[in-house]
Amino acid sequence: MAEQNNGVQPTAAAQERIPTVIADDLHIVYRVYGTGAGKGSATAALNRIIRRKPSTGVREVHAVKGVSFTAYRGESIGLIGSNGSGKSTLLKAVAGLLPAERGKVYTHGQPSLLGVNAALMNDLTGEKNVVLGGLAMGMSREQIRERYDGIVDFSGINEKGDFISLPMRTYSSGMAARLRFSIAAAKDHDVLMIDEALATGDRAFQKRSEARIRELRKEAGTVFLVSHNNKSIRDTCDRVLWLERGELLMDGPTDEVIKAYEKETGK
Amino acid sequence: MSTVSETTHDSAVAMSAPAASDEGLTAAQRAQKYGLAQSGARPSLPEYVRQLWHRRHFISAFASAKLTAQYSQAKLGQVWQVATPLLNALVYYLIFGLLIGTRKGVPDFVPFLVTGVFIFTFTQSSVMAGTRAISGNLGLVRALHFPRACLPISFCLMQLQQLLFSMGVLVLILLGFGQMPTWSWFLVFPALLLQFVFNTGLAMVMARLGSKTPDLAQLMPFIMRTWMYASGVMFSIDLILKGKHVPQFVEVLLNANPAAVYIDLMRFALIDSFTASKLPPHVWAFAGGWALLMGVAGFVYFWKAEERYGRG
Repeated sequence: MAEQNNGVQPTAAAQERIPTVIADDLHIVYRVYGTGAGKGSATAALNRIIRRKPSTGVREVHAVKGVSFTAYRGESIGLIGSNGSGKSTLLKAVAGLLPAERGKVYTHGQPSLLGVNAALMNDLTGEKNVVLGGLAMGMSREQIRERYDGIVDFSGINEKGDFISLPMRTYSSGMAARLRFSIAAAKDHDVLMIDEALATGDRAFQKRSEARIRELRKEAGTVFLVSHNNKSIRDTCDRVLWLERGELLMDGPTDEVIKAYEKETGK
Repeated sequence: MSTVSETTHDSAVAMSAPAASDEGLTAAQRAQKYGLAQSGARPSLPEYVRQLWHRRHFISAFASAKLTAQYSQAKLGQVWQVATPLLNALVYYLIFGLLIGTRKGVPDFVPFLVTGVFIFTFTQSSVMAGTRAISGNLGLVRALHFPRACLPISFCLMQLQQLLFSMGVLVLILLGFGQMPTWSWFLVFPALLLQFVFNTGLAMVMARLGSKTPDLAQLMPFIMRTWMYASGVMFSIDLILKGKHVPQFVEVLLNANPAAVYIDLMRFALIDSFTASKLPPHVWAFAGGWALLMGVAGFVYFWKAEERYGRG
């Protein structure tokens, strides 16, 4: 509880508030191919390239529209909004993973998303995926060797027998999710962004992962959390950004924003 | 709705009001004051090389993971690593060796053909994998941080590992057709190294193009097939050109063709009857030049768009 008050003490902290993330009029546009009537065949592709007409079947999705905010060291910031309001997109842009169409994001150190799913391969054993995932997140081989046992124990994959040496495609969805979380949470982060990662696994695993998230929060300078669970936002965040249709609707202390949000969504 | 957005504005100002000294500074100036760096900005070229070196273990782990995952669902498993190139060579032998008589006048036709097929396949699949390296791995690019050049390099490394399996098959075929190991076999290593650098450079060019125009993946098979027929994979270019009147520049182009250069080098290294006299002039210079040119130019060209990968 004590650490949650760090960010919101307005008088003492105001003098030395050090920004860790500055978003300046940020716009993100996705381009989606293959939505129109255009055929995907090789001749159609040749035709398009020759005619220099790339526009067929391309739709632009303006996911984030002119968002500006500044996050400070020690803050824990929640992101709320309905599905498709641009929360995850905003996080990816802050992490520098999605290029901005206009505007800029400045960050202290390298922000990282808590997630490693994309680097893992279902056809490989759990064992190899731990190594591959760790390397993909930028850990060295020595670091992975040191933490390997910790990762496997934390995931609890081996509780029901030697599953870590089986391919990941043989895991149940819950087991796979637990292993993914365990790998992702094994690394230390400067600015940490968590995208609804808390709802995986059974009850016991959820408790363990919440404790791990709290640990990560202590180590990281600033934490962003995307969630649809207002209770977990209330528990962990002292400031909330409310996004709707890609625009920043509200930015303020948790209670104020959540109250307005609940009123708007009729909860 | 309107009341909500009004309170938004007030609270936003109240909340993120900067300390007095920061007032009037633009976002960029404040960022500079506190030493923040632009997120997702492109690092300098030396810094990029350093980051890439730091990720070398990821590059090799990703390559071998992809290679193992490739056949892990098949019953024969990793046997396919060897069986696929073997079947490939067999098909080309049936068509070009038996049906169409390109074997006429070419001594040791089977080793000649198989070497050509394997070496060209190395370049071909590197280019194809490079084209999809970014566009086919957007999930990875959008989830984790790493120098994006890891992907095309990793795919080329995977092709190199694949080629080593093929070379094992090739050695068996060579021995089976009476080619005895000689000192010249050691030339395989420099030749492969140069070809690998050339392939990687080309794959990086294709990766950038393919990330912008994913349609390229559909078009590439045609271009690669055209290139294959122009590279003397299943026939001897010299024999085809003999006695025909071709313009000087066509001959120069055919001899400078990097795929033909690397194939000829490999044949020269492995096949006794493919003597130095059959090599085009300045062949090592061409092999090294292509590798250097493509490697450096491809790398710089790929790096130039580093911050833009991951969109669309």
